[in-house]
Amino acid sequence: MSETAIHPDRVEIEAPAEQWKGQSVPRKEDGRLLQGQGVFVDDIKRHNMGFAHFVRSPYAHAVVKSVDVSTALAVPGVFGALTGDEVATLTDPFFQLATPPGNEIKDYALAVGRVRFEGDPVAVVVAESRELARDAAELVEVDYEPLAPISDARRALDSDAPVLHPDAGTNLVWESTYEWGSWEDAVSEADRIVKIPELHFDRFNSTPLECDGALVEYNQGTGQWTIYCNNQFPGFAAIMMGPAIRCGLDKLRFVTQDIGGGFGNKITSHPQLVAICLLARKLNRAIQWTEWRTEFHMTMSHGNERWFSETEVAVSNDGTLLGFRTKALDDAGAFTRYEPLGGVIWAQVTPGMYRWKNIRLDFTQVVTNKAPCSPNRGYSRMQHLWFTERVIDIVAGELELDPVEVRKRNYIRADEMPYTTPNGCVYDSGDYAGMLDVALGLIADDTIAARRAEAAATGRLLGIGIGSTLDSGTNNFGQSRLINPELQFSGNNEVATVKLDIFGEIVVTLGTTPQGQGHETVTSQVVADILGVDPDSVNVRVGHDSYWNSHAGFSGTYASQFAVTGLSAVKGAADNLARDIRALAAGVLGADSPDDILLEDGFAKRADNPEAALPFFAVGAIVNANNAVLSPEGREITLNQRYVYVPPFELPDIEKKYGNLTLTYATQVHVAVVEVDPETGSYEVVEYAAVDDCGTRINPQIVEGQVMGALAHGLGAATHETFTYDAEGNLLTPNFYDYHVPHAMDVPPLRTGAIESPSPFTPLGTKGMGEGGGAAIHAVCAALQDALKPLGKPIVRDSCNPPFRVFELIRDPAASREGLAVVDA
Amino acid sequence: MTAVETSRRISVEVNGVTYERDVEARRLLIHFIRDDVDLTGSHIGCDTGNCGACSVILDGKLVKSCMLLAVQADGASIRTVEGLAEGGELSPLQQAFHTHHALQCGFCTPGMLISATALLERSPQPTDEEIRKGLQGNICRCTGYWNIIKAVKAASGQEVVE
Repeated sequence: MSETAIHPDRVEIEAPAEQWKGQSVPRKEDGRLLQGQGVFVDDIKRHNMGFAHFVRSPYAHAVVKSVDVSTALAVPGVFGALTGDEVATLTDPFFQLATPPGNEIKDYALAVGRVRFEGDPVAVVVAESRELARDAAELVEVDYEPLAPISDARRALDSDAPVLHPDAGTNLVWESTYEWGSWEDAVSEADRIVKIPELHFDRFNSTPLECDGALVEYNQGTGQWTIYCNNQFPGFAAIMMGPAIRCGLDKLRFVTQDIGGGFGNKITSHPQLVAICLLARKLNRAIQWTEWRTEFHMTMSHGNERWFSETEVAVSNDGTLLGFRTKALDDAGAFTRYEPLGGVIWAQVTPGMYRWKNIRLDFTQVVTNKAPCSPNRGYSRMQHLWFTERVIDIVAGELELDPVEVRKRNYIRADEMPYTTPNGCVYDSGDYAGMLDVALGLIADDTIAARRAEAAATGRLLGIGIGSTLDSGTNNFGQSRLINPELQFSGNNEVATVKLDIFGEIVVTLGTTPQGQGHETVTSQVVADILGVDPDSVNVRVGHDSYWNSHAGFSGTYASQFAVTGLSAVKGAADNLARDIRALAAGVLGADSPDDILLEDGFAKRADNPEAALPFFAVGAIVNANNAVLSPEGREITLNQRYVYVPPFELPDIEKKYGNLTLTYATQVHVAVVEVDPETGSYEVVEYAAVDDCGTRINPQIVEGQVMGALAHGLGAATHETFTYDAEGNLLTPNFYDYHVPHAMDVPPLRTGAIESPSPFTPLGTKGMGEGGGAAIHAVCAALQDALKPLGKPIVRDSCNPPFRVFELIRDPAASREGLAVVDA
Repeated sequence: MTAVETSRRISVEVNGVTYERDVEARRLLIHFIRDDVDLTGSHIGCDTGNCGACSVILDGKLVKSCMLLAVQADGASIRTVEGLAEGGELSPLQQAFHTHHALQCGFCTPGMLISATALLERSPQPTDEEIRKGLQGNICRCTGYWNIIKAVKAASGQEVVE
C-alpha cells in the first residue's frame, strides 16, 4: 500500500458558502469522548444497585418444564430473581404489528413455557456484584424438554416442520404479493428472459462495540420508572413497553447520553428493559444490566436473512431492463420484534436506481429457531438493493454486456428527477450516471485492463465491481399499513426546542438519540447561522431525556433521518426564536418592524443603525427576569420555542401498495477492485472508491465519516461476517473470535468523492444518509464475479463470500450456474 | 459466598494516584478500574479479549485489562485514557483524533488512544503499515479506521494528505 493511498481524495462540486452550514466544524462531542468523560450506560452507578444476569437457554427449541431459582436465591448477596411465569402474570404479550397468523405470536420479556432460540432468556438473577449474579444464574435449575429445531427458513413451511408458535399454528408470519406494471408486458417487449434460480443474502449485523444495557430505578411513590439506557428509538420502546407492563407512557422515562454505536441494532431492547423494570419494582432497588458480547451475538437484532428464488428478468438485447419478478423469503428469527416491517421497508427502493417499470415480488416471511431479526444499518433495503445489483451484473455477464453500460442505460436520469417509481415513491434528486463517472475516475478505470494483465502475470485474478445504491431516509410510517391496514401509524415527526436563557445562553434540546453521528455539532451549525452566533455559543443538551418534552412518537436516531427530521425541527425552533428576539428588540430599540432587526455576533441590531444593539444577554434577562418593563405584546414573547417538524406525507394506497414511502434518497456509487488467489480462494480488496450524494451537506467531514463507517460494515458483511447456525440451531459465531469484523489491517486503500444534489423536499436541502445502502457488499460481490469470470463464469449467489465460498466457486463453477438460463422471450 | 478468604488487598497506581482496595481474587482488572477506582473511560466491548476497548498501559506495556486479574496488577503503575490529557489540554494524539474525525460514538476511542500512545512511544514515526499493525488489536465499528490511521500519523508529526 502506498503511503498516501489511505487518505481519501475529495471531489468537491461546490465550495462551502460563508456560513457555518457546509463547513467541517470539528465535533463538540469529542472533548469528553477523548478524555474518558463520556457517560455510557455501563458507567452509571447507584448506591446499593443490583446487577442483573440473564439465564439463557442452551437449546434452540425446547419446552420449559420448570424453572427453579431457590438455590440461587439462597446464596448470600443474591437480591432476587425473575422468571417467565412471573412475567406471564405481570405483563401482557408485546403488541404485534402483523396481521394473522403473525399477530398470534406471543412474545414476552422472558420465555414463557418454551424457548425458541439459543440464548432465549428464561430467568434473571440479581446480586450485589456482576460476578455473583453470573455465578448464581448458573444455579438456576431449568428442566428442558428439547424439541426439533428449524434453522433453514426454506424448510420452515414444510408440512413436517416443527412449529415455533403453536398459537399461530404455522411458521408463516406474513406474506403478500407486490405487483406494479405488468410482467406480461415486460415479457412481450423483451428479447430475452434471464432466469436466476436462487440468490441468498446472509444473516449478519453491525455489532456495535457497546452492547445493550440499562440502569433502571423505580419510584414507588409515583409509580414511575427511570430507564437510563442505550435504546436508540425510545418512542418505539415506549409503545411496546407501556401496554405490556400496564402503565401509561409517561411512567416510562427514558434517558440516554453517550451510546456506543447502534446501527439499528439497539432499537428492540424492549423485552430486556421490561425484565429490568419488573425487577427494579419487585426488589425496590436500582438494577444494572449490561449485556455480554456473547449475549448480544446470540440474541440481539440480527439482520434479515433473505432468499430470492425463481427470479426472471425481462431484458432487450441492448441491455434495456424491462422488468423482473422474484420470490423473496425472509427469515425473521424466532420473534417478530420489529418485523414484519421488513416486508415493506424494501419497497422504498423497489426498482433500485433503475428505470424498471414492471415488477412483481412475492414476499414471504417465516420464523425459525434463530435470534430475532430487527433493523440493521440499511434495514431491508440493503437486501433488496443487493438483489437488484446482483441481477444487473448477472444479466450483463450472461448477455456479454458491459456492467457500466448496462447501468448507465438503465439508471434513472438526472433530468427525470424528481422521479416517481412504479410503486409511487418519489426519488427527490440525484445524478447517478455522473456519480458513476466520478467513482470510476477515482479508481482510474482506464488502467484496469493493464492491471488485470499485471495481476495475471503473478498468477492472480483482478476484478472490478460496482455497487450503486440508495439510502432512503425519513420514513412515512404509513407504509406499515401495507403490512397491516389496522395499524394507526403514518407520517413521521421530530422535535427540537431552542430557548434563550436568562443570561443569553442559547440552549437546544433534541428528540434524537445519537450514537456518534455528531448531532450536537451539526445542530450548533444550523442554529448558529439563524441566530447570528458561532457554534460554540450554542449549547446543545447532550443525549435524550423524555422528560425534556422535546420528543414525539417517532423520536430517535434510526432510519437515516436526522439531517431531515431532526435538523428541520431545529431550524423551525431557531427561526421562531429569532422571530421572538427580533420582535422584542424592535420594541426596545424603537425599530419600525422586527424585520429591521439583524441578528449578528450575539446582538440584535437595528439594520439602519447597528450602534443601536441589544446583546442576547439583555434580551434573555428582560423576558426571563425583568418583564414588568414589557408592553402587553412584549409579554407574549417566551424566548422558548418548541417545534415539531412533520414531513409532507400522505397515506399510501393500501390496495395498490402505492405511495411515497420515504422523503429523501441519498445515493451511493462504490467501486471495488479485488485480487483473488485462484489456488486458495483468498482475496484482497486492493482499491476502493466511494462517491456519495446526500444533498446539501451541513458538515462534510461528518458525512464522510458516515460514508466510511457504512462501507466498512459492508466490507465486513461481504467478506466475513455471518451469524452461522448449525442444523441444531447452535450459533457458531457468538463472539469476536468467530465473528470476524474488519480490523485496521483489513480495510483497503480508499478514495472518496461527493456530489451535492439538494433535496427539493426538505427545508435545508439535506437527505438522511447514515445507513448507506450496503454498496460495499454489492461492489465486492460484483468484483469477485468479474475476477473469476475466466474460470468458467461462476455466479456469486451469496452476499457474504469468505475465501472458502470463493474457493467453492473456483472449484465448481458449474454448481453456481445450475438453473441459470437465458431464453428468448 | 461473600468469600472473604478469596479476596486480597492490592495497591495499584493509576494515572499517578495510588489506590488501595480489597478485591476478589477473580476480579478482572477492567472491573477494578471501572468499578472500584471509578475510572469509567476504559470500556468493555467483548468477552474474549478481541476488541481492545479496555486497553491500558501497565508498567509501560500495552495490555488488555479484561485479560488480567486485578490482583495481577498489585504494585503496578497503570495509565488509562483519563491520564492522557494534561491539565485539561488534549495531548497531540487526542487533538489529532479531534481534527481528523477519528471517532464517532467514542466507545472504542479510549482503547484506540492507549494503543496508539503505546505505538508512538515505541515507534515515534510509524509507517502506515506499522500504524495498522499497532491498532489491529482494537476494533472500531464506526469509522472504518481510515481517519484513525490518519490521526495517528498526524500526531507523529508526519504529513497527511487531506
